[in-house]
Amino acid sequence: MSVAAPPAPSATSLATGRRAERSVRALTFQAVLLMCLSVGLMTLLVLLIDVFRDGVGSLNADFLNNLDSRFARRAGIRPALIGTLWLMGLVAVISFPIGVGAAIWLEEFAPKNKFTALIDVNIANLAGVPSIVYGLLGLAAFVRFMHMGRTVLAGALTLVLLILPVIIVSAREALRAVPDSIRHGALAVGATTWQTVSRHTLPAAIPGIMTGMILGLSRAIGETAPLITMGALTYVNFVPTGPLDRFTAMPIQIFNWTSRPQAEFQNVAAAGIILLLGALLLMNAVAVFLRNRYERRW
Amino acid sequence: MADQSVTAGLTRSRARPGEALIKILLRLCAVVVLLTTVGIVASLLFETVEFFRDVGFGEYFTGTTWAPTFKPARFGVLPLVAATFLITLIGAVVAFPLGLASAIYLSEYASNRVRKIVKPILEILAGIPTVVLGYFALTFITPTLLQKLVPGTEVFNALAAGIAVGIMIIPMIASISEDAMRAVPQSLRQGALAMGATRRTVATKIVVPAALSGIAAAFILALSRAIGETMIVTIAGGLNPTLSADPRQSMETMTAYIVQVSLGDTPAGSTAYKTIFALGTTLFVITLALNTLSYRIVRRFREKYE
Repeated sequence: MSVAAPPAPSATSLATGRRAERSVRALTFQAVLLMCLSVGLMTLLVLLIDVFRDGVGSLNADFLNNLDSRFARRAGIRPALIGTLWLMGLVAVISFPIGVGAAIWLEEFAPKNKFTALIDVNIANLAGVPSIVYGLLGLAAFVRFMHMGRTVLAGALTLVLLILPVIIVSAREALRAVPDSIRHGALAVGATTWQTVSRHTLPAAIPGIMTGMILGLSRAIGETAPLITMGALTYVNFVPTGPLDRFTAMPIQIFNWTSRPQAEFQNVAAAGIILLLGALLLMNAVAVFLRNRYERRW
Repeated sequence: MADQSVTAGLTRSRARPGEALIKILLRLCAVVVLLTTVGIVASLLFETVEFFRDVGFGEYFTGTTWAPTFKPARFGVLPLVAATFLITLIGAVVAFPLGLASAIYLSEYASNRVRKIVKPILEILAGIPTVVLGYFALTFITPTLLQKLVPGTEVFNALAAGIAVGIMIIPMIASISEDAMRAVPQSLRQGALAMGATRRTVATKIVVPAALSGIAAAFILALSRAIGETMIVTIAGGLNPTLSADPRQSMETMTAYIVQVSLGDTPAGSTAYKTIFALGTTLFVITLALNTLSYRIVRRFREKYE
């Protein structure tokens, strides 16, 4: 570093700092940073390998079709799988209109006043509330106060409230990304605000909104604590057939198997985890696909 | 909010019949958010007030024994709070340096190509359900790592739970800190580099100090996440409410106790039922305070450029 080297002829005239970086300290620093980054990435890899190795042996047709059992070899995930499908279906159907409606109101209609600001602060705060607290809310509000019992519907409503902040925030971003010229064009030819939103702004924002929706659902599909707290069952030997049945879900079933003392159940739990992670990866892939395929640059 | 700005200067067509109803419906959707907060506060407070009719403030906040189902029942919350903080601390020790270093590398060293590969992987790590991380802590971190390296580690222990919690919050710290670092204007870096500084000096002397408020906010948000984390600590930390500072032991956090009670039947009005709401309130107050602090730090200490 003592002698400044004459500037080498290069395409860019901006300093990059790389010339001075042949010192041991600079290189060590960079190596340490890279190591720290790889710890996180390697952990993910080790986790995936560990789960796969433990679980792949138990992952077969019986596992998908059987009910839960006291014997590891006969234990299946069917009730939890159907329970999760019911949950996700209800969560999607309920949270989509509410989340998108709230986002449309906040972005396109809301006046700039204290009430709007209050809702803004609320969304930020709700995103930071621990998920188990939503479980307590679900228990007090839906299960007890509204007498829904510990049903699929009560569980779905609990998860809806949990993921609403995620959906609203991403839907607002998607709406905000639609340029004002689109709105101006519609308004200029005499459209009302709602006509502008429903025929121009919203259709243009749909890919972004769907991406946020999938992210919200992928958060909901792995949530365990709020469902246990609102009272979902942990041992279920029936398949739920409607929104008013009692239920279990995949992450709860995984938790239940993990906490059984017999070692063989760890492998059954791992098989369940493979299924859950598979569903998650698929959802993420769809979200990425939607983002890349339909996202328009204005 | 676009209402005024978008239509400014334009003659807005009069709303057609029915549009007033649509507007009300949309507004109701936004009000759901408000109702959620009201619902959380109301349901927590109602049962918590009931709880403190049975149990004194003094006993709850200063008692050192947690045994609500014993006779006589004891409601000292300190063992649960201590376990929560110990596991959070272990998580922070693991995740703060790793997350910050990852953020520095991604922001200052990584090429666009590397960043495009690494960031989605970190997003996947962030999306791993916590029940899976709990499984990983119980079946891998404890038996394969800890019980070989740290003698005396129990099957359920705070250390494995803390490490797994740390792994959970790494992506969050890395991503928020990186955003803060990338917001530091390029001109500051160029100034230092032009005078012969290495990227190490730029990172440690320019970028990190300039992004400090964002990094601090990331740390505090991560702490809040760790305190509220449930499944990892329930699966790997155990259900043994002891007041101890030995991370090799099994201990029970506030969240783990809520799960433990919820696994059984919780008839409304029973003390067990009220107890989990009192713990929920404690948890809610702590995390709300941390989240608000983080928000304030960002607003107050953000370095403004340009």
